[in-house]
Amino acid sequence: MTAVPALAVEDLSVEFRTRSGTVKVLDHVGFSVDKGETVALVGESGSGKSVTAFAVMGILDPAGRVTSGRALFGGADLLALSEHDLAEQRGRELSMIFQNPRTALNPIRKVGQQIADVLVRHGGATRPDAPRAAVEMLKRVRIPDPERRVEAYPFELSGGMCQRIMIAIALACRPALLIADEPTTGLDVTTQAVIMDLIGELAHESGMATIFITHDLALAAEYCDRIVVMHAGHIVEAAPARELFAHPRHPYSAKLLAATPGETVSLAELASIPGGLPDLRRPDLPACRYSDRCERRLDDCARPLPHRVIGERHTVSCWNPL
Amino acid sequence: MLKLLLSRLATAVPSIVGVVVVTFMLTRLLPGDPAAYFAGLAASPQAIAEIRTKLGLDKSLPEQFVAYLVDLAQGNLGNSLSTGQPVVTEIATRLPASAELTLLALILAVGIAIPLGVLAAVKQGTWIDHLCRIATTAGVSLPVFFTGLLFAYVFYYLLQWAPAPSGRLDVFLSPPTPITGFYLIDSALTGNMEVFWGALRQLALPAISMAIFSLAPLARMTRGSMLSVLGSDFIRTARASGLAPGTVVFTYAFRNAVLPVITVLGMVFSFLLGANVLVETVFAWPGIGLYAVNALITSDYAPVQGFVLTMAVLYIALNLAIDLLYGLVDPRVRLDS
Repeated sequence: MTAVPALAVEDLSVEFRTRSGTVKVLDHVGFSVDKGETVALVGESGSGKSVTAFAVMGILDPAGRVTSGRALFGGADLLALSEHDLAEQRGRELSMIFQNPRTALNPIRKVGQQIADVLVRHGGATRPDAPRAAVEMLKRVRIPDPERRVEAYPFELSGGMCQRIMIAIALACRPALLIADEPTTGLDVTTQAVIMDLIGELAHESGMATIFITHDLALAAEYCDRIVVMHAGHIVEAAPARELFAHPRHPYSAKLLAATPGETVSLAELASIPGGLPDLRRPDLPACRYSDRCERRLDDCARPLPHRVIGERHTVSCWNPL
Repeated sequence: MLKLLLSRLATAVPSIVGVVVVTFMLTRLLPGDPAAYFAGLAASPQAIAEIRTKLGLDKSLPEQFVAYLVDLAQGNLGNSLSTGQPVVTEIATRLPASAELTLLALILAVGIAIPLGVLAAVKQGTWIDHLCRIATTAGVSLPVFFTGLLFAYVFYYLLQWAPAPSGRLDVFLSPPTPITGFYLIDSALTGNMEVFWGALRQLALPAISMAIFSLAPLARMTRGSMLSVLGSDFIRTARASGLAPGTVVFTYAFRNAVLPVITVLGMVFSFLLGANVLVETVFAWPGIGLYAVNALITSDYAPVQGFVLTMAVLYIALNLAIDLLYGLVDPRVRLDS
């Protein structure tokens, strides 16, 4: 089976200008997501997962700047599109779900209207039809009593309900790609599973490609086909989920796995990863940004990062993989 | 919404009671003896005592208070000692003058400040942002009487574009038939365009000087509030949904940002209404501020009492209106009631 990539990110670099210098947040990042596939972007806070998503969506903070790369989506380079053309795509062809659903929704607009706004904007419904279409969307995300709930404001709904509304907004126009940025952060564990199942089912139904951003490797392994591990703005390893879990090759992936609670690992056995992310403002950043924390460091590690293909769809950027 | 209205109305009652008591006490505690002032410099102690009896000032305070309440219930605020006119009539003719000036100034200020603040926030760091900063700094640092005097000097004395600062209407024009008491509205309603333009010409300079002053807090608050809302998560959601920039800025950002602006608007309005004495003096405006100051100087307590009472009721009504406006904009406020 030759899969068609829904999104192919190539060589993406992003810099942020701050008062204390330029931060090289993303450094030549590349990965792809096939149609119908779910890919997880995994890494600790500050590794550049969300920035990757924001860059692809074209909603980077004004201080952020894409310095190189392409994001091929439906035959066009999203990074080269004008703001106007990109806005046409956003919400219709590619959508995004954010963490903290309560703050991600407009607090003083009825949730039905917020769904209707997206539908009307992208021609999914006309203004008079929009309320009915919004009720339909609420049914799709399985909100009980949708006729009454369209009239609700976000503060009248629970966090899980709000995330369903977010999903309804994101999927209203049946996009080809969904980016879910830590969609279950701030939700309780049972709700987390329900939301993840819902996203998975809806994606499966419509053959939608999904990028799932998380720091929770266990959650990623459970719901995703492939896992892309990020560290300090680099992609260190990309592999099918099962393979990564069984045989992590990059030292960082291995450490991340060891820090993930699971059925066989008790809390006492969990290992924390020594050190922290390097200061990305440093002018003399090492080629491998993990090398300062790495136990398997060699002299070779000062050379430019390799991009080794070590299995089917399994790549690792390390001179001394496990 | 009706529940909100009723509950807020109920909370206004104690404030009004308090105001009635305080105005009564305050005017009795003012220095100066109205009877002596009224009787004149050459009056004998006997004559002063007679006048005091006539005014009811010889009675005990509780008795005076009851008499005051009885009068108040009948809509009687007493007579002015210096003009002999009923205070109610005088306030009724002077309040519209102040209100027309204040409202026009406020409409001008809002009309400039809000678009300026919104644009400054949306195009942060551009020339329009700098313009906003200059305007707000200038607005707060130039006192109203100074801009008023400067305008009168430049536009009336030097350029002769503006009419003489001599009140609401040129002496050669007669006021329009009173309907609302607002010359602009009354003349427009009766189709008297000559009076309309005349009144507008008189209003322009004082209204602009007051607008410049009230523009500053409004623009600054609009800009700050817009900036914080534009940086919030739901704006990112709106942008990620591809909503048109206009929808993002107005339907999503501005409606959320407007709440603190409404609060400032209320403060600016009450401030303007009470503190435009200086502008009224500069432009010989027959408003309520000037009236109150004159009454205060002559220890004429009935008008002072009437003025404070009117102002207090206006403030309470204003706060009520702002509470209701809040409820209209923000559904969370409706729930609290």
